[in-house]
Amino acid sequence: MKIEGKKAVWENYQKEIADDKFYYVRSCVRQNFFPGSETTFLRILRDVLKKDVFENPCHTTCTGIGYHGDIVPVETTMTVVARQFALMTESGYENIVPSCITSFGLYTEILDTWHHFPEMENKIREHLRNATGREFRVPKNLAHSSDIIYKFRKEISSKAKYHLINKNTREPLRVVDHIGCHYAKMFPSKGVGGAEYPYVLQGMVEEWGGQVIDYPERRHCCGFGFRQYLVQANRGFSVACSREKFESMQPYKPDMIITNCPGCPMFLDRWQYVINEIEGKRYGSDGEGIPVFTYEEVAGLVLGFDPWDLGLQMHQTDCEPLLKKIGYDYDPEKKYELNTIPDLNIR
Amino acid sequence: MSTYLVIFCVKIINNKIQSLENYLEMLRQDIRFEEGLNACMNCGVCTAICPAAEFYNYDPRQIMDIIQSGDNDEIEKLLKSEVIWYCGECMSCKTRCPRGNTPGLVIMSLRGLSQDLGYFTESEKGRQQLALKRTVGQWILTYGYCLYLEGVGTSLYPEQGPVWDWIQDNWSDLFRRLGANYKGDGPGILRKIPEEAMDEIRTIFEVTGGKKRFDKIEEFSKKKAKELNLAFDDEGIDNEYFRHIFKTNNSNHSREI
Repeated sequence: MKIEGKKAVWENYQKEIADDKFYYVRSCVRQNFFPGSETTFLRILRDVLKKDVFENPCHTTCTGIGYHGDIVPVETTMTVVARQFALMTESGYENIVPSCITSFGLYTEILDTWHHFPEMENKIREHLRNATGREFRVPKNLAHSSDIIYKFRKEISSKAKYHLINKNTREPLRVVDHIGCHYAKMFPSKGVGGAEYPYVLQGMVEEWGGQVIDYPERRHCCGFGFRQYLVQANRGFSVACSREKFESMQPYKPDMIITNCPGCPMFLDRWQYVINEIEGKRYGSDGEGIPVFTYEEVAGLVLGFDPWDLGLQMHQTDCEPLLKKIGYDYDPEKKYELNTIPDLNIR
Repeated sequence: MSTYLVIFCVKIINNKIQSLENYLEMLRQDIRFEEGLNACMNCGVCTAICPAAEFYNYDPRQIMDIIQSGDNDEIEKLLKSEVIWYCGECMSCKTRCPRGNTPGLVIMSLRGLSQDLGYFTESEKGRQQLALKRTVGQWILTYGYCLYLEGVGTSLYPEQGPVWDWIQDNWSDLFRRLGANYKGDGPGILRKIPEEAMDEIRTIFEVTGGKKRFDKIEEFSKKKAKELNLAFDDEGIDNEYFRHIFKTNNSNHSREI
């Protein structure tokens, strides 16, 4: 293919991402497992980038995990999502930013279904009216919270205190990016770079000094599989998927993993602990585990935030090997300190 | 003459049953089925890309083939089978299907119908739906979150590891330290969702069939517990039937390595 053709194809996989005035909807998984990441996202957007981000306290789960656990029917989920849209409309915003890939995929799927089946949208409007009396407009712009960080990656870079570079060797850190299935596998044109070459995390890593590793199982699912993890009897599937990825990435000697979806970092973090308990095996090149991060945590590290304000103490696989490689200035003694409440400027 | 009459009547009754339980027609009522299956040419790309097919005795291509055949008996077997519960709904199949089908969406419609008809309790994996309803479903209707994990410790989730024990022991202080508005009014992480908002969510479940689905899961699970002679409580997770469905694995699901 000629280079002009490649550019034209690539253009098809760029998405429009709003610039300001964001309506933020939270993630059930991120709130429970990575609360510091949502705090960090808002710190960066509001305090560093001076953006308008609004959160309506009346918003709820989108029911996504229940929907993909098949206990919640499709029309129920659609109506709950329609209620989220109604709250956004009533708050005077048009650009919705879910903090969750399951939500992002679900919103994308619902908008696509309504596009092809307008009678379904009308039916859901009636359900919402009957249940709550609310009306809604569909969002003008739908972007996952990682899309927003990707959009402003250069601004973050311009304020960077650290880079994804090994302090001793001056070599770029070797980074595994894990996108999360529902970001672009269902609707490739709705994710930066599409399903085959998703660029949302790679763009951040390269901008912040790191080097992304390509490895055979790069696009494989982390193994959440909804019911496949949520029910204890099925967890062999979940750990087997993560193990397949670790075995595949290990020869490429990754320094860290960066993730897009709220659930994936939890699985890639915890299953390393389990595999070590079962098989006595660690996948890091230095005999440690491979530290796993959310993109908010990585952005926070680049900006020089305290690791314990980011919530890195909630990881089972230690983050310290990565901090040492970067040459991060932090206090290891404060890792499990709970009494000091830092001013995180949360509004 | 009377023999012919009997055969004629049996044929009428059979036809009536067929028309009452035309599973393909029932599946077509689900918009995800309409979106998920156009015309499958059985190339098997979905199976090749599927993480579940790598692990379980599972072949989405076969399922698409059975559905497309319209064979009512075979579809009924599927609805009562283990195999429809193996998919992890990652939707990798959607990306790669050359015909624009989504076997994952067809699976979702099969799972929905299996629960509506009460067939889900005929399989070990299907019976697990009660566990999902009693955990995720309960959290949605009680708190407004799909997950609400304070107090949910390593006895149910041992892989969460020692850090999870520390998190559980210090939940409230840790969440406050990380900027959460735990159980607080106003916006923020794990805030208390206002009661009027929760009322709206519960009403949506009533109006749109969510409550009906939950009730069916309970009704058929209770029947199955009686059949299996396992103690069943009408709520909660501390009962014999819940523990049985949450932990039992007959080891016949996975591929031999």
